[in-house]
Amino acid sequence: MKVPVSLTVNGESVSADVDPRMLLVELLREELRLTGTHVGCDTSQCGCCVVHMNGRSVKSCSVLAVAADDAEVTTIEGLAVGDELHPMQQAFHEHHGLQCGFCTPGMIMSAIDLIDRNPNPSEAEIRHWLEGNLCRCTGYHNIVKAIEAAAAEIRSR
Amino acid sequence: MYPFDYFRPDSVSEALDLYRAAEERQWLAGGMTLLPAMKLRLSAPSALIDLAALEEMRGIEVDNGCAEIGAMTLHDTVSRSNLVRESIPALSALAGGIGDSQVRNRGTIGGSVSNSDPAADYPAAVLGLGATIRTTERTVAADDFFTGMFETCLRPGELLLSVRFPVPTRACYMKFPNPASRYAIAGVMVASFDDGVRVAVTGAGPFAFRVAEMENALTTDFDPRAIADIRIPVQNLNEDMHASPEYRSHLVTVMAQRAVDAAI
Ligand SMILES: Cc1cc2nc3c(=O)[nH]c(=O)nc-3n(C[C@H](O)[C@H](O)[C@H](O)COP(=O)(O)OP(=O)(O)OC[C@H]3O[C@@H](n4cnc5c(N)ncnc54)[C@H](O)[C@@H]3O)c2cc1C
Ligand code: FES
Ligand code: FES
Repeated sequence: MKVPVSLTVNGESVSADVDPRMLLVELLREELRLTGTHVGCDTSQCGCCVVHMNGRSVKSCSVLAVAADDAEVTTIEGLAVGDELHPMQQAFHEHHGLQCGFCTPGMIMSAIDLIDRNPNPSEAEIRHWLEGNLCRCTGYHNIVKAIEAAAAEIRSR
Repeated sequence: MYPFDYFRPDSVSEALDLYRAAEERQWLAGGMTLLPAMKLRLSAPSALIDLAALEEMRGIEVDNGCAEIGAMTLHDTVSRSNLVRESIPALSALAGGIGDSQVRNRGTIGGSVSNSDPAADYPAAVLGLGATIRTTERTVAADDFFTGMFETCLRPGELLLSVRFPVPTRACYMKFPNPASRYAIAGVMVASFDDGVRVAVTGAGPFAFRVAEMENALTTDFDPRAIADIRIPVQNLNEDMHASPEYRSHLVTVMAQRAVDAAI
């Protein structure tokens, strides 16, 4: 059985007929070719696949595409405005918050959800929030610094 | 994943009708346990009935000394709710310590309680606070609800609607988390009521259980020292790559003492 789904992705309406087994991340990467959202583990552990769905960060490898019917989804591709990076992207760039970059889209989407709820998080709150995002390269310190800097920048705007 | 059909009903009665109509169907709540299990082909329902649109199963109310939480309420919502924070802070802290932020953004109390995962946090709260579980067929006391590892008294097609927690005079939940998943290697809820203290343990045994000896000691003297020498017998405790039964037994006493200390 194929099921029709309609959703908004990065502000644009999208419709598709999907197998109920299709994951949201598969819809994004394979049908819509939005390959900025990564798959690190496919077992809900690593957070590389984090996107926003109806204003909440979720692991898109653990959400069915059919369950995103009617939803508003934002991926890493939806953040920059033209050539202007989102303050969180800019801060990761400036503070060297990435090395290989594989975890980065998930880190950034997760961090933006944190700042939306808590504009001035402490270092401990940032680290607690990132428990679902694994990074094999950086050791997290510069990621935390980048998020602190982005939060300050967003507060000042 | 094996193929399956997908339904998203708009009301509980429609959900029950769909369940009766299909075969080998399963409820889908947050999917944080079910979807990984389906990927591993440990679970292969032929139809999923998604509870996401059932607004009647979502929400938090506090009245008559109880906090009632709808089955589809997210862990994140429970952890941030002012109603829960003011009435049972131990419960909001427990919800805020489940998994990670994205798990809390999808996972639900109903999915967690129905699943009776030996390492899940909520069962300790349900049992430790002496909650009542409301389903489409009946209301069940926490003491009768959990029946085994991944087993509850829920029958096929029975839907958990809400969990009603009595507000304690003081309570605290302490867990020793698995450093990777944050599931409880051992977690203890200690709750004080006018008529006595309840102590419930998760993570250590096949499913959540109470510790009568600690309850009696703490009812007489609510002090960590009162339970310092009480050990859970190791025979019925879990053994896996994370911890031995002896270590879990030790952890239960330590977590229980910390919970009492923090509740005072
Ligand atoms: C990385 C990771 C870390 C985690 N860490 C923790 C942790 O530290 N502590 C912890 O407690 N949990 C943890 N979990 C589990 C998490 O809390 C799940 O959300 C929860 O166990 C299941 O809830 P769900 O809403 O996702 O249910 P689902 O996965 O959708 O469903 C689980 C089961 O319950 C049934 N079900 C669901 N709702 C109902 C209902 N209303 N009535 C009857 N049956 C129902 C389903 O049919 C299914 O069999 C973790 C999960 C992940 C992926
Ligand atoms: S790919 Fe989704 S959590 Fe790792
Ligand atoms: S930068 Fe390589 S995994 Fe995080």
